Amino acid sequence: MTRPVVIVGASMGGLRAAETLRKSGYAGRLVVIGDEPHAPYNRPPLSKEVLAEQVDHAAVAFPIAEVLEDVEWVLGNAVVSSDLDAQTITLADDTVIEYNLLIIATGLRPRRLSMPGAPTRGAHAIRTLDDAMALRPELKPGAKVVVYGAGFIGCEAAATATKLGASVTVVGKGPVPMLRPLGHQLAEDIQRRHEAHGVRFVMKTQLTEILGDDKVTGVVLDNGETLECDVLIESIGSLPNTEFLEGNDIDIASGVHVNSTLHALHQNGTPWSNVFAIGDVARFPIPQFDPTTRRVEHWNIPTEMARKVGKQVALQLGEDAEAHATELAKNFAPIPSFWSDQFEVSLLAYGLLDQGEEVRLLEGEVGGDCIYGYFKGEDMVGVCGIGMRSKVMSYRNKVGLTATA
Amino acid sequence: MLKIHVDMEKCQHYGQCVFDAPNVFRLNDDDKLEYEATADDSEQDNVQLAVDICPMQAITFTKAD
Ligand SMILES: Cc1cc2nc3c(=O)[nH]c(=O)nc-3n(C[C@H](O)[C@H](O)[C@H](O)COP(=O)(O)OP(=O)(O)OC[C@H]3O[C@@H](n4cnc5c(N)ncnc54)[C@H](O)[C@@H]3O)c2cc1C
Ligand code: SF4
Repeated sequence: MTRPVVIVGASMGGLRAAETLRKSGYAGRLVVIGDEPHAPYNRPPLSKEVLAEQVDHAAVAFPIAEVLEDVEWVLGNAVVSSDLDAQTITLADDTVIEYNLLIIATGLRPRRLSMPGAPTRGAHAIRTLDDAMALRPELKPGAKVVVYGAGFIGCEAAATATKLGASVTVVGKGPVPMLRPLGHQLAEDIQRRHEAHGVRFVMKTQLTEILGDDKVTGVVLDNGETLECDVLIESIGSLPNTEFLEGNDIDIASGVHVNSTLHALHQNGTPWSNVFAIGDVARFPIPQFDPTTRRVEHWNIPTEMARKVGKQVALQLGEDAEAHATELAKNFAPIPSFWSDQFEVSLLAYGLLDQGEEVRLLEGEVGGDCIYGYFKGEDMVGVCGIGMRSKVMSYRNKVGLTATA
Repeated sequence: MLKIHVDMEKCQHYGQCVFDAPNVFRLNDDDKLEYEATADDSEQDNVQLAVDICPMQAITFTKAD
């Protein structure tokens, strides 16, 4: 049998890569492997609609396009190790698969607190559908909820839990929630809006102990305060799923390091010709900003990377060397984009906000609908609005650094 | 010809579709999605991109003569 193209990770990135491969003319064997039991589904609703309503997999599943009819899906089975020189991967059930070409789309998993002896019942993280379904029945009216970690997912979960009638305290390390992605002004503004809905914030604080025997009953903070709670939502960041690549000569420090054509790199920086990474797990350069590489955990990135890799790989395995060379000459240069919904606050952003050295109010007013620009010198590196979406969108093409080519 | 449908119960007016198929989708002055219910076949690739990128998976289309 001919060696297949293997995609590890059966979520949005993996799915879109498979689709693009087929649409770009790759007709050979295509295997998609995912450790979750579910076919690919949409993750953003997990901290929003899925928590708020009684929905199941069908409500968030991505439609499977006809072109994927003959894809070999391996679900509920993790890739546990790999030998990139021999071009093999090994699954949890000991199956070994030889591949021709490997696309890594394994995403992230939540970082969890590890406190020896701490109860696990009542402690939750939100990354998978099963996570969200396990959490939902606990968010009852009157439930006391502590959200530990004040990033996007934590703040969205806090808003959703509050809307369901729970009383919510967010505990965070920084001075304000979502400081790094949004900057001070906007973060403070959003904190005030959360507070107006009854969310309490305990900032510049860390959790030191989880109370309870087999079920969480409270948490102790390093300011000495004890908070009673029934539910603890841990949203303290994520870790890239790269363990199955260990032992190979591949740079997996903080995600799979890829170049502008999304080839995974050896430790010395030279590319693997037949290993690619896409989506949340990939650490990549964005040439219109700066030479540093970063992971960008935003919605449009897996799809845009998948489109690039799918097309490029189909051409690599096809007959038209010239078309492949043309595609290889195109650098991956996305404009990161995200949105977030928290109570009535609907954020829409473009660019790399955390690269901004100065934040300016561009339109509207603090506390109402408004748009902030994030500037490095005179260059706008990011824009973020509360409301005013069509105006925010009109700034999208202005985002980037002018100094770089 | 393409027949396009957006499930307005699902659509959150994020406008992600607008960049992929600007001839078909736009946000109006009230930031609400407006779209053309029919489009030329030449828009099919763009509309498919919009279908894929829509965070609420609210867009569907069929090909009609
Ligand atoms: C709760 C939540 C809310 C979000 N909300 C927003 C939002 O409002 N706006 C926004 O812009 N973005 C949001 N995002 C981010 C967005 O969903 C992600 O960027 C996107 O899901 C990443 O897709 P991916 O395919 O790269 O990775 P993932 O979706 O993480 O998929 C990776 C898949 O690979 C599997 N896997 C991992 N290791 C292995 C292995 N060894 N073998 C087999 N399979 C493996 C994983 O289980 C998973 O199914 C949110 C994310 C979450 C979790
Ligand atoms: S991308 Fe989807 S949710 Fe957003 S405006 Fe378009 S149809 Fe609506």
